[in-house]
Amino acid sequence: MTQPAQQIRVGVDIGGTFTDVALEHPGGRSSAKLLTDYERPERAILAGIAEAASEAGVALSQIGQVIHGTTLVTNALIQRRGAKTAFITTEGFRDVIEMRSENRFEQYDLNLELPAPLIPREHRFTLPERIAADGAVLLPLDPAEAEALAERIAAGGYEAVAVGLMHAYANNIHECMVRDALRRAAPDLAVSISSVVSPQMRELPRFNTVIANAYVQPLVSDYLGRLVSELQAADIAAPVFLMHSGGGLVSVETAIDQPVRLLESGPAGGAIYAAGAARAHGLTKALSFDMGGTTAKICLIEGFTPKTANTFEVARTYRFKKGSGMLISTPVVEMVEIGAGGGSIAWTDAMGRLRVGPHSAGSEPGPACYGRGGEAPAVTDANLALGRLDPENFAGGAIPLHPDRAEAALKTLGLMLDEAAFGITEMVDENMANAARVHTVENGRDIAQFTMVAFGGGAPLHACRLCEKLGLKEALIPPGAGVGSAIGFLQAPVSFEATRGLYQRLDTFDAATVNAMIAELAEAANVFVDRGAPGAPRVTRLIAQMRYVGQGWEIPVELPHRAFSAEDIPMIVSRFGEEYRTLFSRIIEGLPVEVTNWQLTVATQVQPVPPAARFDDGAPATPARHRRFFDAALRETVEAAEVPRAAMTPGMKIDGPAIIVEDETATIVTSAFRAVGQGDGSLRLIRKEAMR
Amino acid sequence: MKQIDYQIMWDRLIAVVEEQAMTLVRTAFSTSVREAGDLSAGLFDAEARMMAQAVTGTPGHVNAMAESVGHFAARFGPQETLEGDVYLTNDPWLGTGHLHDITVVTPVFRKGRHIGYFACTAHVVDIGGRGFGPDGREVYEEGLLIPITKFAQAGQVQPLLIEMIRANVRTPDQTAGDIHSLAACNAAGERRLHEMMDEFGIDDLLGLSTHILDISRKATRAAIETVPDGVYRNEMRVDGYDAPVDMVVTLTVEGDRLRADFTGTSGPSSFGVNVPEVYTRAYACFALKCTIAPDVPNNAGSLEPFEITAPEGSILAARRPAPVSVRHVLGHLVPDVVLGALHHALPDTVPAEGASSLWNIQIAVRPVDGSGPGAEILMFNSGGTGARPGLDGLSATAFPSGVSTMSVEATEQVGPVIVWRKDLREGSGGPGAHRGGLGQVIEIEAREGYDFHFNAMFDRVEHPARGRAGGHAGAPGRVELADGTRLNSKGRQHVAAGRRLRLSLPGGGGYGRPEARAGDDVRRDLAAGYITAGDAWDIYGQQDEE
Repeated sequence: MTQPAQQIRVGVDIGGTFTDVALEHPGGRSSAKLLTDYERPERAILAGIAEAASEAGVALSQIGQVIHGTTLVTNALIQRRGAKTAFITTEGFRDVIEMRSENRFEQYDLNLELPAPLIPREHRFTLPERIAADGAVLLPLDPAEAEALAERIAAGGYEAVAVGLMHAYANNIHECMVRDALRRAAPDLAVSISSVVSPQMRELPRFNTVIANAYVQPLVSDYLGRLVSELQAADIAAPVFLMHSGGGLVSVETAIDQPVRLLESGPAGGAIYAAGAARAHGLTKALSFDMGGTTAKICLIEGFTPKTANTFEVARTYRFKKGSGMLISTPVVEMVEIGAGGGSIAWTDAMGRLRVGPHSAGSEPGPACYGRGGEAPAVTDANLALGRLDPENFAGGAIPLHPDRAEAALKTLGLMLDEAAFGITEMVDENMANAARVHTVENGRDIAQFTMVAFGGGAPLHACRLCEKLGLKEALIPPGAGVGSAIGFLQAPVSFEATRGLYQRLDTFDAATVNAMIAELAEAANVFVDRGAPGAPRVTRLIAQMRYVGQGWEIPVELPHRAFSAEDIPMIVSRFGEEYRTLFSRIIEGLPVEVTNWQLTVATQVQPVPPAARFDDGAPATPARHRRFFDAALRETVEAAEVPRAAMTPGMKIDGPAIIVEDETATIVTSAFRAVGQGDGSLRLIRKEAMR
Repeated sequence: MKQIDYQIMWDRLIAVVEEQAMTLVRTAFSTSVREAGDLSAGLFDAEARMMAQAVTGTPGHVNAMAESVGHFAARFGPQETLEGDVYLTNDPWLGTGHLHDITVVTPVFRKGRHIGYFACTAHVVDIGGRGFGPDGREVYEEGLLIPITKFAQAGQVQPLLIEMIRANVRTPDQTAGDIHSLAACNAAGERRLHEMMDEFGIDDLLGLSTHILDISRKATRAAIETVPDGVYRNEMRVDGYDAPVDMVVTLTVEGDRLRADFTGTSGPSSFGVNVPEVYTRAYACFALKCTIAPDVPNNAGSLEPFEITAPEGSILAARRPAPVSVRHVLGHLVPDVVLGALHHALPDTVPAEGASSLWNIQIAVRPVDGSGPGAEILMFNSGGTGARPGLDGLSATAFPSGVSTMSVEATEQVGPVIVWRKDLREGSGGPGAHRGGLGQVIEIEAREGYDFHFNAMFDRVEHPARGRAGGHAGAPGRVELADGTRLNSKGRQHVAAGRRLRLSLPGGGGYGRPEARAGDDVRRDLAAGYITAGDAWDIYGQQDEE
């Protein structure tokens, strides 16, 4: 983005528990962490910005840009707090969102309950009309029918309307007619149409997406309007940008038009933050690992870019189980999220096996050792019992921990205390390692080639053990990890991904149609980028979703963004072959190839993160004292050196077993690892055997 | 070894087989692998006892795979089991019930010693013969049968075998591709297993296997002990293909033993709906496990306590060379008859009967004037499930199969058809204190200039899903043209250009007397249009307040 180098910018991330602020100024970076204000989220934002600005010694009026991400949209979907919304669809398809994929996500549960559709059946309306797969009009929409339905909806007391018609991605003439009729009948009603919000083939995700958009729009519009005016009242007249799920920024206007794009903004910020750290350290293959109180998130970062996808599931209702949520098709940083965090609760199953999570004690009452009434044993209790946390010095001493309560809770599992504690941490590490392993395999990657970038309160405690389990040689713990997402916001480009369903078999590839469609995508995406960063230099990226004819899964294939001709077909086929081989280790000769959906991303160029001075080794840091903790790989308690993080300046090292303590968390350096302070304030955890 | 290490390794093994299964789903060409999860993957010890199995979309592989590896071990003794070997078969009686499923087994060696097997199964696109359908009169007509064979010996792939397969199927690239993919997926599992064994410093699986199997067997037996002793019988008549089929089961519970015997079940059909016993066992076991011990992972230990038999030669234990191609149609109905017997032992636990058998439809679209290519289109569709003792049934949802439906938009990209309608079938859920799940209505027409044939294999048209504990039956299925012309629910039929086929899928049965249904639930159903105003009054005794 073309901001003056001296500009003061602030990133604000509203999470489930905390509101994080990171402020970037010529002298460096300041930050603030406040409890999230559920009733009026903007109050915590203003207080946080004020705190960070005063720490940095800058006036609020000097702030040049505010970048914001929030869980508000996700929470509205999970808690069903959205607007009273009507849905209009093609006759014969009223129940698409209720019938879902017609399967059960849990095979062996006779009492399985499926999530209720966001819009109940009585608020779903149909119109006789039909577009064909090729965009031809099979049954024209009678304008009088559209008018009549629009009148009915206007009289129905709805706050928002979603329109999703069959094959509207191929021809949206009927959706536009319906939208126009609604505008005439009810000019103030918020209307979302699927051919604008998510013009991709497959009715279920497209309908879900347009419905989610309409459902949260009034809420988001109110909130952002309020935020902007309160910022202005506080003398912050700076433009406000929103982080979107795909890892870029959009203007407030775009966010209000397409709030469904904001769903995963916080986690996307975390991935950008990890990508920035990877860039500073030249790590071309990084595994971002973010462990908080309730969940752990894992994301692949290659070439300093987080991996993205075009569909994902929100609001899972059944233990984070795939299939139990709502499938949404918008661009998203692809992440695996599992129920593993500091608050994850341990239990024993019918076979007496120890299990951990996905149920979490959260921050209230929190793990038993918080002494706030929690009685179930949580991962934090186990870490405390194993000596990995210092009861006197947790959260900088702000939360005194109670080892006796942790022990009492752990004993309820019916195991010896040390077995229970060790078992819990091993199981949670195993769960996270399995998720990371499966994710890399699904993407055709070899995990051993990746370096972990660990952040979030829980990650530094578990990073070394995870590396041991995954066979990784190194982990990086960047500075400011406690407010990682907010820092990530400051490093993100203004970007917009436009998508379109356009089915093409490569043996009958119609270059003219494809070129015209790509030009439309580029124009649409540039309009949105212009809103945020007019005239800024930008990059484009074209992805075709491709497969062999007869398959049901597409794979994303990046293609050069230029006008295609018939001569390009062999190049496109061979690009597909390369990607297919990476994922599945082989190609199938002789089978025709097809494209279903297209994605074009336009993004501004970001200022490159400066390279960090890297140290493999250095002068030994002086331990403040010695403590004992249980080393899982050795299966024994070891005498560990304790060093304050502040002492780990560039070029200082400490060999494991060691504990590096800071206010927000502690880094456990197991016996197999060495920690070395880096030029940018990061810690590198390097496997000792890799150094020889 | 510590308990916790065994636990971690057990979890790791389950993750490994799940990962194997996921890779297969993503690379397979067959629609039923992709959408219905018609595949399986598992790890076995050196004695061919299953240690871990992926939970996939279809219960039909639950026992089938567990038994299959034993046949391979019996065929190739220790002398013949070589490092680098890969075996395969698609014998319906030694594999998973029909020729389309190919099972690939790879012996695992560590430090030169044979320690176990990886196995996986997937449904391939084509296996020759008449193609996938009920029309063969003997298994010989249904395609190529590959006996238990070495696909690779000591690392060398047998070229003749691949050539034989390629020469006998309509889709040589995809079928051969899928076999390579199955072998590759076992190899990936093997690498992951060695990594784990390195990490924990073990060279043998027997200790771990004994641990897993003992705990699972004990937990399953303990769960069976909670079922009151007794003999429980149930029978259910379904449409069948050429004649109605009676399914009869007798459960005998004695302490921690449970036997299920299908004596009394009808004799064989002359069409390919016959079920090899191994497949009957799989679905019967699925019903028993769901109800009695759902949380115990599938392995030889957790499956062993369920003793399931069907009389040889009956339609549920077909004898060679009976045709078995579409054995799933009746196989999917097996859980309903078993659950009905369990209801006598465990009242207020199991659901009412459901549509259960999928209404899959294969459509062959052709240009009316005979010019140009047509298209083959396969759609998976589900009716309603039975109401549960405390919950309504699930509408348009597969049970016991785990199949997913395909997007109509994607289907219409495959060939020149229009699906005019695919939505819930109002009023089709069996009335009850808890209502059965609704079926759905589907209307299909060929695009202009085309007509089509379809192959009907639809059950619960003559014999709807019965309610339980006073609940009423769900609506029976119906096959017709949109103008009301009735069609047969079985067999190949033609739909002329410009005509629409209409399928009305069955609803699930209700649970408990309808008069006991909560007034709020009736009003909610009426507002949503799940029931009609007439039903609200006539069946539920409730009047619309407006």
